[in-house]
Amino acid sequence: MSVETGRDEPDGESAFGTVSRTKDVAFRYVALVATLVGIVSLALLLANVAADAVGWLDWQFLTSPPHPNPFEAGIFPALVGSIALMLLIALITFPLGVGAAIYLEEYASDGLLTRFIQINIANLAGVPSVVYGLLGLGLFVGLLNLGFGTLLVAGFTISLLILPIVIITSQEAIRAVPDSQRQASYGMGATKWQTIRNVVLPRAMPGILTGTILALGRAIGETAPLIMIGAPTTVFGVPNSLFSKISAMPMQIYTWAQYPETEFQYGVVAAAAVTLLVVFLAINSIAILIRNRYQQRTEQ
Amino acid sequence: MSTTDLSRDGVRSARGTAMRILFALCAFLSILTTVAIVLTLLLDAVDFFAAVSPLEFLTGTKWSPTNEPVAFGVLPLISGTLIVTFGSAAIALPIGLLTAIYLSEYASDRRRAYLKPALEVLASVPTVIYGYFALVYVTPVLDTFLPLSTFNALSASIMVGIMIIPMVSSISEDAMSAVPDSLRQASYGLGATKFTVSTSVVVPAALSGIFSSFILALSRAIGETMIVAIAAGQTPRMVDLTDPAGLFLDSIQTMTAAMVQIGASDVVGQSTAYKGLFAVGLTLFVITFAMNLVSEWVASRYREVYR
Repeated sequence: MSVETGRDEPDGESAFGTVSRTKDVAFRYVALVATLVGIVSLALLLANVAADAVGWLDWQFLTSPPHPNPFEAGIFPALVGSIALMLLIALITFPLGVGAAIYLEEYASDGLLTRFIQINIANLAGVPSVVYGLLGLGLFVGLLNLGFGTLLVAGFTISLLILPIVIITSQEAIRAVPDSQRQASYGMGATKWQTIRNVVLPRAMPGILTGTILALGRAIGETAPLIMIGAPTTVFGVPNSLFSKISAMPMQIYTWAQYPETEFQYGVVAAAAVTLLVVFLAINSIAILIRNRYQQRTEQ
Repeated sequence: MSTTDLSRDGVRSARGTAMRILFALCAFLSILTTVAIVLTLLLDAVDFFAAVSPLEFLTGTKWSPTNEPVAFGVLPLISGTLIVTFGSAAIALPIGLLTAIYLSEYASDRRRAYLKPALEVLASVPTVIYGYFALVYVTPVLDTFLPLSTFNALSASIMVGIMIIPMVSSISEDAMSAVPDSLRQASYGLGATKFTVSTSVVVPAALSGIFSSFILALSRAIGETMIVAIAAGQTPRMVDLTDPAGLFLDSIQTMTAAMVQIGASDVVGQSTAYKGLFAVGLTLFVITFAMNLVSEWVASRYREVYR
């Protein structure tokens, strides 16, 4: 009797312990698998598109204009259009974004207005890009009459779209500059603007650049705003003024993806998707390089 | 001597004031953007509502902006949007939450250091490429065992779901990391396993942050455009709950896809269809803006608790 109960109790406990430990280990693996689901599916899709692009992504494809014959089709005008668009967006968003960040971090008091601006910026970051497209259509095309699908309209529209991201990341970079350095500068008799120009901005610049370049990477993939402002579906030449109609790589992909031919679906579009991804990854790796160099320097 | 010093100071502070005003203008530009969005949407939407009654727009069950007979009921578009939102949420919310638990409670620092950036890539891939993936890779695979249309809500939902996983996981993980360690230690002290600590202590304590991430991710799914425009098709139809299989297997049209369709067609500036574009845009803007505000408000609650 006593022997049996003596046996039963530890048995019961260890069974309980095993169950909860099994559950623990099982949950750990379930969570790990869930973490990998997205990454693995993206990797599979990328492998697919890379395999399909083989034989299509060549020098002829990169240097030719679009063509109804898939074997002669190329992405050159869209590639140049995307790069021109990105440069214009960088020129607009960098000063505006950094300026707004400086105001919010260095000048603005902690009042109601500042909080309002801050909430407003956070909300703008969540407005769907297609709505920014409508803004561009209504404001720049309709009201200011800058023309359907021109480089200038596309640049303004997408700049407004990524501006909140540039502001938020620039603010983080400026906030990370230690206050002691500002105090030291004031102690030397420097004015606020001198302190910002000579102390805060140089320290914050790597972070600001990283954030801006990442935002540009996002800008290069934006499609919906371009459709809304009436960017033409096919452009054969490269833009030569701010008022030229432009195409961009995502726009070209969208147009080609609607063609029913297999050569387009699994050949030309795959090549265009890989080209866009390569440019996108190149931009992002520049941002990562800047961040890494900066991190090494601060560690020294 | 002192006068020159004073004048130099005067020049300096004049420049300082100028810079201050310049920077302030940059910050106010964000408010101007919001105002401009609301105004451009409203102006054309008001014109639209002069031609189509708001009641007809909000309760009509047929959307046919360019083909005769024209009809401007937004409900089919809203129901299409709901299908995709529901489908992508079914994928992204559980996976994102489990990912956040793994990153916050189980993963070593080293593993987290490469898993987190890898996950963030998911959110940054251009959506036109996701749309293309859904159309040419996901749909054919699903088609081998499901009776799918070429354009269908299922592939689009899966892709949108994968895209929004990092929005759930990174915000939820931040909320979980903000849970004080003392709560975990107390639970371990009572003999709890990591599973119990994660699900019964950390997740409930981080609930407001988790909810906030859910709302934000849903808002993204509602506003996502290119994936649904390419892969989900252009068939505006009402949710038919009597045919649950057909919900995801057939083509639908979301609000955003309808906007792209009108935007890409050559409707003229003064037509009702063109104005209708802005009415749909206004609806979309109001929904996502409200959700972003709620998410912001819910998130601010957990920040206050643990700071």
